Amino acid sequence: MSVGIKINHAVKAYGDNVVIPDLSLEVEDGEFFTLLGPSGCGKTTLLRMIAGFNSIEGGDFYFGDKRINNLDPAKRNIGMVFQNYAIFPHLTVEKNVQFGLKNRKVSKEEMERDTKQFMDLMHITEYKDRMPERLSGGQQQRVALARALVIKPDVLLMDEPLSNLDAKLRVEMRTVIKQIQREVGITNVYVTHDQEEAMSVSDRIAVMNLGEIQHIGKPKDIYQRPANLFVASFIGRTNLVNAKLEIRDGEAHVVFADGYDLVMDNILPEEMHDQDVIVAARPEEVVINAEEGIHAKVDDSVFLGLNTHYYVLSDQVHCIHTEDKDDDRFELIQESMIDEIIPNGTEVRLRIKKEKVNVFTADGSKNIVKGVKNDKYLYGND
Amino acid sequence: MKFIKKLVSSAYFWLTMLFFYLPIIYVIVFSFNESKSLTRFTGFSLQWYQKLFESRSIREAIYYTLLIAVIATIISTIIGTLTAIGLSKSNKILRAIVLQINDIPMMNPDIVTAIGFMLLFTSLGVDKGLGTILLAHISFCIPYVILTVMPRLRQLDDNLAEAALDLGATPLQALTKVIIPQLKGSIISGALIAFTMSFDDFVISFFTSGPKVSNIAIYVYSSIKRINPTINALSTIIVVIVTTVLIIVNVVPMIKDRKTRGIEE
Repeated sequence: MSVGIKINHAVKAYGDNVVIPDLSLEVEDGEFFTLLGPSGCGKTTLLRMIAGFNSIEGGDFYFGDKRINNLDPAKRNIGMVFQNYAIFPHLTVEKNVQFGLKNRKVSKEEMERDTKQFMDLMHITEYKDRMPERLSGGQQQRVALARALVIKPDVLLMDEPLSNLDAKLRVEMRTVIKQIQREVGITNVYVTHDQEEAMSVSDRIAVMNLGEIQHIGKPKDIYQRPANLFVASFIGRTNLVNAKLEIRDGEAHVVFADGYDLVMDNILPEEMHDQDVIVAARPEEVVINAEEGIHAKVDDSVFLGLNTHYYVLSDQVHCIHTEDKDDDRFELIQESMIDEIIPNGTEVRLRIKKEKVNVFTADGSKNIVKGVKNDKYLYGND
Repeated sequence: MKFIKKLVSSAYFWLTMLFFYLPIIYVIVFSFNESKSLTRFTGFSLQWYQKLFESRSIREAIYYTLLIAVIATIISTIIGTLTAIGLSKSNKILRAIVLQINDIPMMNPDIVTAIGFMLLFTSLGVDKGLGTILLAHISFCIPYVILTVMPRLRQLDDNLAEAALDLGATPLQALTKVIIPQLKGSIISGALIAFTMSFDDFVISFFTSGPKVSNIAIYVYSSIKRINPTINALSTIIVVIVTTVLIIVNVVPMIKDRKTRGIEE
């Protein structure tokens, strides 16, 4: 029986080193919930606290109504898929899948039926007598999933399950995982550092950084209206530019260094005062345009069929450098036109799609555009 | 030039082999000698083997040697394996310290260990006998077991035990069903090394056994003054046993390896 997960004010510390200071979240029954963040953000630590492999220094963890803080991993009724699969190397595929059922002392008929059902589901029945060392990465992944699911766990926990696969298999397996999760209807907590993977499989994502939740929401909401600058730059690519917010006659003007003035009608009322801001414009939110926009010159272009990527440099408006994007230039994605690709050196104007773009306070801590949906605050996080 | 090079290298090889094995071959050949001479082979006979098994003291020495080796092997293998598993889970500093300490008895000259044991037992007022020699053997065998099991443990994926636990296994089941099977090969090698170490130990046994118990090594030593070909016969048997064990240790993994590769082809 699948259940929801509730975490209230979790604390994780190693001695004096506090890794997770205070974290709360809820995962609904049957939800595909992803913990996403850079390495060292505490996502795997949190997952292992849910699994029972890490001690809990504070707070309460619930599966449904049952508090599980002090329950052994064996008694939590979880299925876990590890990054390196952790298939038992001395057992055949079938014996691996049966392992959990044997510990549960189910009847022989039930064991055979369930084993077969889940091996069929994962398409590994034909390998049932093989030893794990003779399986490919993708096949081992399927065995790990079958082994975790066959015990009908309350929750399925997955720790970077695709990171050891090559790019093609990764895309294939994430579809498989999503499909199986829906079919079985199980609550799934999934850990990854790959934002594209997270967006493609999740019902909701919690973006984490430095042990704290930054944003919880649907992939679309997180991508389009990120709660803060960290989320904006971690999810997808984005051009960050310093600008000034000026209020004139009750209208919000976002003014760039070269004087380009963007009138916005969706700034939060409480933020309607003159201030320095950071504008985050995704490559598809910047349009090459002749009439209005930031003055710039095409520096380079890459034709990718459907789209053409342009790298455009402005004399006065430089992009802020981030870990991901160490470049003064704007990155743009335009649908490829039937006419010529704009040659390098062409003078252009960059229009910013004001209905899509996000504007952050100068310290990056808050998105001041209306429409941010962040479930983080539902669960008692600050 | 090439011919000379080849000649030198093969001569070197055979001389080395001769140097290593001539004494053993000599012992084996003379164990079948008809006369009592240790230098002149007069004819084939099995009389020394017969005498060997007729001698009560020799039978007793063989019995004690095997008894001590078997018990010491079993106990040291269990303790050594569990210690290695425990160490692999403990913090780095403790592990480094314990492993260093573990190396000392192996590098120590046997005589130092032997005198240490003798003084310990004497100062504690323990009567030397089967118990003391067993204790000594168990303790000097443990380091070898730890040292053979440890590298395999290091290769082991930490998540295996966790995977077993989340699939509902108790910690004991995780140990017996998942961890131990992974270590099987190294545990067996460790046990066989412990067995041979115990089997052919003289110095430590001599100082810890007391007058009532003597193993083969002690017996051979004490009869060296009235040496006769029964010792040759006894040595031959020991060589056969030790060689067999060594062959098992070395060849079985090779066969196993070929078998698994065979399946793949």
